[in-house]
Amino acid sequence: MSQTPIKEDTADEVILSARHIAKSFGNVHALKTVNFDIHRGQVTTLFGENGAGKSTLMKILSGVLQPTSGEILLDGRPVSVASTTEAQRLGISIIHQELSLAPNLSVRDNIFMGRELGGPTNIDYAEEERQTRLLMEELDEPIDPLTLVEDLRLGQQQIVEIARALSANSRILIMDEPTSALSASEVEVLFRVIRDLKSRSVSIVYISHHLEEALQITDHAVVLRDGIMTAYAQRQDIDLEWIVRNMVGEGFDLGSPPTGYRMGDVALSLREVSVADASVPDRSVVDRLSLDVRAGEIVCIYGLMGAGRTELLESVAGRIPLTGGSVVLEGGDVSSLSIAERIEQGLVLVPEDRQRDGLVQTMSVGENLSLASIGAFTQWLFTSRRREQEVVEASISNVHIKTDGGGADIGSLSGGNQQKVVIGKMLATHPRVVLLDEPSRGIDIGAKAEVFRLLSEGARQGLAVVFSTSEVGECLSIAHRVVVMSRGRISAEFGADVTKEEIMAASGEAVVA
Amino acid sequence: MTNVSQAANGSQPGSSGGGLDLGRLLLEGRAFFALIAIIIIFSILSPVYFSANNFLTMSSHVAIFGLLSIGMLLVILTGGIDLSVGSTLGFAGVFAGFLMQGVSFEFFGVMVYPPVWAVVVLTCALGAFVGAINGVLIAYFKVPAFVATLGMLYVARGVALLMTDGLTYNNLGGSPELGNTGFDWLGFNRLFGVPVGVLIMAAVAIAAMLALTRTPFGRWVYSTGGNARAAELSGVPVKRVQVTVYVLSGICAAIAGLVLSSQLTSAGPTAGTTYELTAIAGVVIGGAALTGGRGNVRGTLLGAFVIGFLSDGLVIIGVSSYWQTVFTGAVIVLAVLLNSIQYRGRKKRPAPSGGETSSPQREATSRETDLAAESTAVKSATQP
Repeated sequence: MSQTPIKEDTADEVILSARHIAKSFGNVHALKTVNFDIHRGQVTTLFGENGAGKSTLMKILSGVLQPTSGEILLDGRPVSVASTTEAQRLGISIIHQELSLAPNLSVRDNIFMGRELGGPTNIDYAEEERQTRLLMEELDEPIDPLTLVEDLRLGQQQIVEIARALSANSRILIMDEPTSALSASEVEVLFRVIRDLKSRSVSIVYISHHLEEALQITDHAVVLRDGIMTAYAQRQDIDLEWIVRNMVGEGFDLGSPPTGYRMGDVALSLREVSVADASVPDRSVVDRLSLDVRAGEIVCIYGLMGAGRTELLESVAGRIPLTGGSVVLEGGDVSSLSIAERIEQGLVLVPEDRQRDGLVQTMSVGENLSLASIGAFTQWLFTSRRREQEVVEASISNVHIKTDGGGADIGSLSGGNQQKVVIGKMLATHPRVVLLDEPSRGIDIGAKAEVFRLLSEGARQGLAVVFSTSEVGECLSIAHRVVVMSRGRISAEFGADVTKEEIMAASGEAVVA
Repeated sequence: MTNVSQAANGSQPGSSGGGLDLGRLLLEGRAFFALIAIIIIFSILSPVYFSANNFLTMSSHVAIFGLLSIGMLLVILTGGIDLSVGSTLGFAGVFAGFLMQGVSFEFFGVMVYPPVWAVVVLTCALGAFVGAINGVLIAYFKVPAFVATLGMLYVARGVALLMTDGLTYNNLGGSPELGNTGFDWLGFNRLFGVPVGVLIMAAVAIAAMLALTRTPFGRWVYSTGGNARAAELSGVPVKRVQVTVYVLSGICAAIAGLVLSSQLTSAGPTAGTTYELTAIAGVVIGGAALTGGRGNVRGTLLGAFVIGFLSDGLVIIGVSSYWQTVFTGAVIVLAVLLNSIQYRGRKKRPAPSGGETSSPQREATSRETDLAAESTAVKSATQP
């Protein structure tokens, strides 16, 4: 059960290949005919920016999503990965960024969860424990099988996930951002385990934003951009520069910083702002950060996942409390105000996750658009339908939402148009400062350009704009100033003439010689 | 847009074309059609059912559930639940009865007999107070609504029993010398031939309808239930909205308690037992989603009438009360079933599955594929 079959020839042999895979979500084409090979006993790394389609592709391979078209060949035969159970049966396992272990159960129980030895009524705990111990020895990680998972460090939990995949006879292991939460020494352990897995002819698909790290371990590199595979190469033929070039692309023009007007006074001033980590209260995710933004200025905040961008923007908007410092809006301290009061004062946030934080899915397009500005069309106690209609129609035309009208279902819009609804909703409150957390997440390149054009227009009219991104290309578009965040602090600040390499170096992502 | 509609059609056979419109109409107007069907069936089965007088009598029964259901609707629209309304109803009735007997202030050595309007105001204040405790527990102390109001269900009932030692106040008439007559007006009397209780329900319903459709508060209620996080980031005072809906639900329960004890001309501590469930049933039959954000007053009233007219009809044709329980339960389950069909149809549109595969060997599995893809699509739409 626990033994992975070891084939003699571990030559450069393709074990799984995805042919012409395409996947659409409504109007959004997440993948457009991608071809992708996994080689036996080797590591294939998938590079790409957020929204390039990496996760979608991995979800298709692991049976979480079904492709709109295309086929998957396993050992040369077409297979249908209709569910995660089916994927497991075929020997494909995925280890998600958020681990899927039950923290209240022991390591042993987690490894055999759903596949208990001896059947559901008479579990053979002794045998399970023996096999778990064996697995842990093989992985060179002496974790007692009876330890509760919640007592393990994150890196060890990852090892448990890997052990679970191995005990299920996985031949293909997909790891989505496995190192993002690990310390340097834990990354070392993980890499040793990966090398060990390779020697046992387990094939690994690796996804990471840490390019240098990934280069240490990979054998093949595949680059995705906007749902298309843009490049493939073997490890010996490539370097960091090659990856960055193919990831970011030369192509699409997202605009340039608006010029030809005078910027106003400082509109938003952050002074020594600190925010505590939600899970580790002693640690600060934002650490005494100071930043001034002038009216009419566009500032881009670049940072990797976990750099503290979201926490910074949410604390400025009033969603999470500051543990230190103050937020000053046009000279007045707003640190103690509620979200509603800050909106009233002209400070608004367009959140990162529009499904979770931006839209009310049960309401129409128009009701979503007018939600934040109800006060503007309320007289005495009652709302005025006519004036609400005016607000909604103005928003729809100002931010160019493609919809059948204000009464349409919010779910009928494409991702880009939904994002425009969230932006339009906040702009309808006539803000002085607008914060946008990853405004381009999950929308296609055309919509992206339109969103950026909207922001430039706003800046021209005196709006102070702060947007965050994890795509370097976006920093080089409309921003007058690029601020790089790393570990809760500003690690570098650049003007509009910065290069991609400088930004990436400052974020700790990659150092290009 | 074309492939969206294709996918939706593929996974939901017959979801477009001629048959759809009738089906959709029946589905969305189901509470209305159910009510019509109930009236027709019972009118055939019993000669006394179809008469203005019987409708008015039944309506005065419906008024109690209607009042509770309207309060419950507000709570359910925010994604909560209020299990305490039945007990609050009983508590409010007992409290009103207690006030009607006269309150003695031993310190001053006087008995105070509050007039009926003061009794009504104080009782509503009691309902508001009970609701406020629920609301604060839920909004500020993050106690799950189910648990907080379940606790209140016991506490309010217990206090009502303590106040009367388990006995019933039978003398609610007041006396002319004390100036506190008129309690019977609330439920027992008629105005323009219509029971006052029904008029009260109508007034509350109109107020709730206006509040939900024409005021910022109404929009806040819908947005809190639809997506509280998004509502909060849009400046909606989510916590205040939550407290307010429980307060309003408590007031509705108190009004229902007043009307009921006036109808019965007695106030007993066990009045309204399990009425909270009937109220929830009314809201659900009226098409509201228990997850919040969807529903309206019109549907809820229809739901209350369906339950009231059904159970009264069963009494009139002489069906045993055991069978009444069975029928009521079946109607509720059917309503929830239809709810989930209706809302599943809506959720499908934003993230259609990749069902339209071309290769023949996959056709056999395409049904499963649809289901799997759909469930993940729904998950990814709802989960962070």
